[in-house]
Amino acid sequence: MGPSMRKALVLLAVALALTGCSGSWGWYVVDPTTPKGYTNVRFLLSGLQYTILLSATAISISIVAGLLVALPGLSASRGLRWASRTYVELVRAVPILVLVLWVYYGLPQITGLTIGVFWAGVIALALSDSAFQAEIFRAGIQSIARGQYEAAYSISLNYRDTMRYVILPQAIRRILPAIGNQIVYMLKMSSLVSVIGMQELTRKANELVVTEYRPLEIYTFLVLEYLVLILIVSAGVRWLERRMRTDER
Amino acid sequence: MRDDEPIILFDNVFKSFGDFEVLKGISLEIAPGERVVICGPSGSGKSTLIRCINGLETYDRGRIRVAGVALGTDDASRRAVRGKAGMVFQQFNLFPHLTVLENLMLGPIRARGMNRPAAEEIARRYLARVRIPEQADKYPRQLSGGQQQRVAIARSLCMEPGIMLFDEPTSALDPEMINEVLEVMAELAGTGMTMICVTHEMGFARRVADRIMFMDHGEIVETAPPERFFSAPESRRCRDFLQKILNH
Repeated sequence: MGPSMRKALVLLAVALALTGCSGSWGWYVVDPTTPKGYTNVRFLLSGLQYTILLSATAISISIVAGLLVALPGLSASRGLRWASRTYVELVRAVPILVLVLWVYYGLPQITGLTIGVFWAGVIALALSDSAFQAEIFRAGIQSIARGQYEAAYSISLNYRDTMRYVILPQAIRRILPAIGNQIVYMLKMSSLVSVIGMQELTRKANELVVTEYRPLEIYTFLVLEYLVLILIVSAGVRWLERRMRTDER
Repeated sequence: MRDDEPIILFDNVFKSFGDFEVLKGISLEIAPGERVVICGPSGSGKSTLIRCINGLETYDRGRIRVAGVALGTDDASRRAVRGKAGMVFQQFNLFPHLTVLENLMLGPIRARGMNRPAAEEIARRYLARVRIPEQADKYPRQLSGGQQQRVAIARSLCMEPGIMLFDEPTSALDPEMINEVLEVMAELAGTGMTMICVTHEMGFARRVADRIMFMDHGEIVETAPPERFFSAPESRRCRDFLQKILNH
């Protein structure tokens, strides 16, 4: 944990402790030292694995898909460029929540197959994110100087090896901060999948609020859950950046 | 390939960038082992010409044969030629994310299908040849310009090409580093390698070249051995050019 992160957490804890004493808060609902609070906390945390699994799966797919969309967008063929551009513009225009609803309720009507909430969520999130990842990859690849391609071609590398060993390793270093941003964004957007009943963090919180009537404390707890998750992700991305930066120019 | 066949052949080659005609019917023959220097004012088409030899630039009309391969616009013929003609660039174009050794090993492993130990052996051999064996594990940014350009030369040599193309290899270097690169090139010239070099280093041309070609406005205006080229240039354009670059 970095020093800035630790500072942020301490500040938050102090703020909560101060307001928590004022009486209008009912922290007992999520106080793990009491039996009831303990059960509630466990219930809330049980959504964690789904949030992580859903986001991680969606992001992994969208990064690969983004690259697969970006590459034809950079090709010499006008048709391929057009197809890539159209995909990006179309997918990017749909709000994630709408995409979630469309995939879960709409898509089965076309395909005749019902999809579980998990995969509906993964498909919607990955689809939406892939358009943004494609734009990030495109920018990253375009930022690599032409001379790098020429040098690679001059030692007889084919297009695939040129991309794999020369262009992409450099492009990925440059776009890592943008990808990190996108991962954080997706992690937050995974909360939208709660609307179709996916048992992730937000859904669990919603359900507990209905039985406990303490939205302030429960949603604050939810905020903290996302905060911790995201601080961990940013620390991971920064670590990766540092590790990779050591060997570029 | 027959012995008397030129290793590089241009037959009436034309090339335009939009409305601008850069190559206006270039014809030339270069024999195996020959060392040719191409010079001329900027915009004369000399870079385009040398880049056509290994297919980095396409051409519109005419015919190019390199090392027995008819060079077209297809990937197969271009890759076949690139395996036989190495290229050294003005801006070095080393791969910044790879160490010097990895820069040298990439071609042998990926394009020549060699295993790592064999590729490393060949990389170290050519790194010694350009006299910087001790820099193997450094990254390009840690080297001086002259050292980077020598790594780039070694990288091309690791493909063991019969032809080496140099596109203004010393133009981006600080003056004190030009000689170390030219020395490596002169040494290479002594090994029987076919060399085509676009350069304004006339001292190098005089010392190393078998022939000097002078280009202007997309044409080869004059071709001559160095002594005749410098002492008795035939065309007026060539005389003007020499006056400008020799008297500065």
